[in-house]
Amino acid sequence: MPGLLSLDLLISAACAWLAIGLAGLVAPGNTRFIARFLFPLGAVIGIAVGVVALASLGGEAQVAVLAIGLPDLPFHLRLDNLSAVFALLLGFVSAGISVYAAGYFRDGKGTAPGLLCIEYHVFLASMLMVVLADDAYAFMVAWECMALSSFFLVTTDHRHEEIRRAGFIYLLIAHIGAIAILLCFGVMTGGSGDYSFAAMRQQELAPFWTSAAFLLALAGFGAKAGLVPLHVWLPEAHPAAPSPVSAMMSGVMLKTAIYGLLRVSFDLLHSTIWWWGVVALAVGLLTAIFGVLYSTVQSDMKRLLAYSSIENIGLIAVAIGLTLIFHAYGMDALAALAMTAVLYHCLAHAGFKSLLFLCTGSVLHATHERSLGKLGGLIHPMPWVAWLALAGVIAGAGLPPLSGFVSEWLLLQGFLFSPGLPHPWLNMVVPVAAALVVLVAALAGFAMVKFYGIIFLGQMREPALKDAHDAGPWEKAGLVWLALITLFLGVMPSTVILRLDAATRQLLGAGLADTLNQQGWWMLAPISAERASYEPLIVLVTIAATLLLARWLVRSLFHGRVRRGSPWDCGYHFEGPRAQDTAEGFSQPIRRIFEPVFRMQRQFPAARDAQPVYNVKVEDHFWYWCYLPIARLANWISALIVTLQGGRIAVYLMYSFITLLLLLLVARP
Amino acid sequence: MTSSIPLSAQLINLFAAVILLLGFAMLAQRRMLSLINLFALQGFCLFLATLVAAVTTGQVHLFYSAGLTLALKVLLLPWILHRLVRQLKVKREVEALINIPTTMLVGIVLVMVAFNVALPISELSHTITRGTLGIALAVVMLAFLMMITRQKAISQVVGFLSMENGLFLAATSATYGMPMVVELGIALDVLVGVIILGVFFFQIRDQFDSLDIRHMEKLKDN
Repeated sequence: MPGLLSLDLLISAACAWLAIGLAGLVAPGNTRFIARFLFPLGAVIGIAVGVVALASLGGEAQVAVLAIGLPDLPFHLRLDNLSAVFALLLGFVSAGISVYAAGYFRDGKGTAPGLLCIEYHVFLASMLMVVLADDAYAFMVAWECMALSSFFLVTTDHRHEEIRRAGFIYLLIAHIGAIAILLCFGVMTGGSGDYSFAAMRQQELAPFWTSAAFLLALAGFGAKAGLVPLHVWLPEAHPAAPSPVSAMMSGVMLKTAIYGLLRVSFDLLHSTIWWWGVVALAVGLLTAIFGVLYSTVQSDMKRLLAYSSIENIGLIAVAIGLTLIFHAYGMDALAALAMTAVLYHCLAHAGFKSLLFLCTGSVLHATHERSLGKLGGLIHPMPWVAWLALAGVIAGAGLPPLSGFVSEWLLLQGFLFSPGLPHPWLNMVVPVAAALVVLVAALAGFAMVKFYGIIFLGQMREPALKDAHDAGPWEKAGLVWLALITLFLGVMPSTVILRLDAATRQLLGAGLADTLNQQGWWMLAPISAERASYEPLIVLVTIAATLLLARWLVRSLFHGRVRRGSPWDCGYHFEGPRAQDTAEGFSQPIRRIFEPVFRMQRQFPAARDAQPVYNVKVEDHFWYWCYLPIARLANWISALIVTLQGGRIAVYLMYSFITLLLLLLVARP
Repeated sequence: MTSSIPLSAQLINLFAAVILLLGFAMLAQRRMLSLINLFALQGFCLFLATLVAAVTTGQVHLFYSAGLTLALKVLLLPWILHRLVRQLKVKREVEALINIPTTMLVGIVLVMVAFNVALPISELSHTITRGTLGIALAVVMLAFLMMITRQKAISQVVGFLSMENGLFLAATSATYGMPMVVELGIALDVLVGVIILGVFFFQIRDQFDSLDIRHMEKLKDN
């Protein structure tokens, strides 16, 4: 075929990322060269990846065989619509993060910039290969490269013990997940020994084995995505990693896990069983509620965002569950609606969560402080970061007119049709799930208000915050880019969904395009305009008009003379910035209402304490329910096994001798 | 029936039987120098058995093997071990955990197991020496037993070398010996192994003032 295929371009992009990474090794200590030249170059390639993937959406699937890999086991690659959606996400979001990283990484302690450069770009290239892989071998190689490169990125500041510990937990759970994925692929080959995805699509497996494959995929990809109970690495790894890395992991890497789950459950396994959907729905709901509740009570801004990522992944899993249920009952239009919600939320979350993580990076650089209790009032010294973070916060809270609202609205639309399910229990239970999703959305709003309000609004809680400076030009550019993505996804949903439609159609055989094409581009009515519709531009214009009107009214009624006076101090003479509502105080009602959900250790001050200290520590129940028992069991078994090692050579020889004898006796011809 | 077995096979069987007998003798022997002499004698029988097999079959590499056995296991290694024993002044083995009569009984059981196990394998083989496979396996097991029951490091090395004798006999009897390269490799390994262990003996004695391996129990990782 003349000319280059999109797939070839994407492979070249992955190679280019690797080349940039290697170029970083030429001068590993030269921060200027690496940050100002190599990272922006990586961003350009990111945009190219996004554009190529966008252009290939809706086209025919393209395949390629790379001549690398083991002998007789080359890498098979394939670019279809599902891969294209996730490559698009990777390209556009990583471009913003790379530009930001150009201004973020500086000289100093930790890993040398050259090493960071190669780890970061290997991470990007391996994520691209994950979405392009068309056989289990290539997939696992790319998947493990992704896990390892991100592990090294997380442990950039490896001199701190807690960061090494976070990295270890991350690596451990990544490997548990990888084992489950490997087993899942093993089940799907059906004993044929052919590990290409094309062969897996042809396999006719018994229902028991398809269910086993699905559950293994849910566990394996769930470990990477952060589904409960395999979520514990997220709140550890995200605060430990540098902010661009957190943004990349939360925004993009978690989505590769969603990609894998979609690939396995809708593409490789062609039959669907309804209870898979129920399992995914239940796990997703649990994850969403758990994530959002814990995110409301965090006092570390990056942990708050990490738990919020868990919540969003939970919502995506809920949408996947709903899609599975609709698909299993052959309700394809509704399945397409729920699938659109999945893909849309992936895009939306990738945009706004990386935006928010990057904002925390700027705050961290300006103030050297991660704890919410020592921030506040940063909108004055850091107006750019504050206003751009507001975009992310609005999207994260699921408010119109930004991206988070669209996907959550689509998801709820899907739920509204669930009473039509032909299963007597499902059509009663699923609406309850819808109510819980609404609860999650509301609590997510609470968490976002807390995040924004405590960091940027009010007065500065520490005097040192006055020296905070706004983000540099590179950082601003990256933030603006991501904010624009968030705005675009919020305002132009029909346009985006029409592009995503190819992927939905590929997986389910149905899409929303026919319905949407009957309406104008400004309007989103997934099933019919009579039933429900959303016109984002009208919402945007209304909000803007109201704000401008209010401002005009205030300005015209009030003469513009700003007076600053001390407010009534309620009789307390010590009234300063420290008397503002704290992060802990803000979330106290949630802690009180949902008390059984948390494991809390509180330390109250005594009655006449001269220096009263209030301390609350919220811990994760899952540590005590799942992980510590397993760790204790492992210790116990190790203690048993260590008795074998008595130190006597005669005994060791005896072990070999008895083994030899037994083998001779057992393995007789 | 007896007339159907050729003379060479009978000779090989005889030498193999003597090797087994010497294996028992080594299991019972507690004096170091006698143990090494018995080992040298075992090597000599192995040399004779290989030589007979070589003459009968006319395979050239078996002659090399026989020569190698003579040089290494009958002359060089016993000489090295003799020197070690003289320099280290180890006269006798201490009383083992299991006394000698019990060890001999366990050895008899092992011989029975070895013959039982080797029976179906030797039926697959077509060499004139196939009957000795069971004996070879029994020699390996007896040597292993000796390594387990002895306390002194030197007798363990002798046990290890005797086990190599058994493996060599097994290879000769089942397939007329291993390929030359493998045999040379093993011979070199054994030689180097003994030299290194000789160095270790001095180190162990310097460290613990004794060659008793019970002292090494405290080396384990706690």
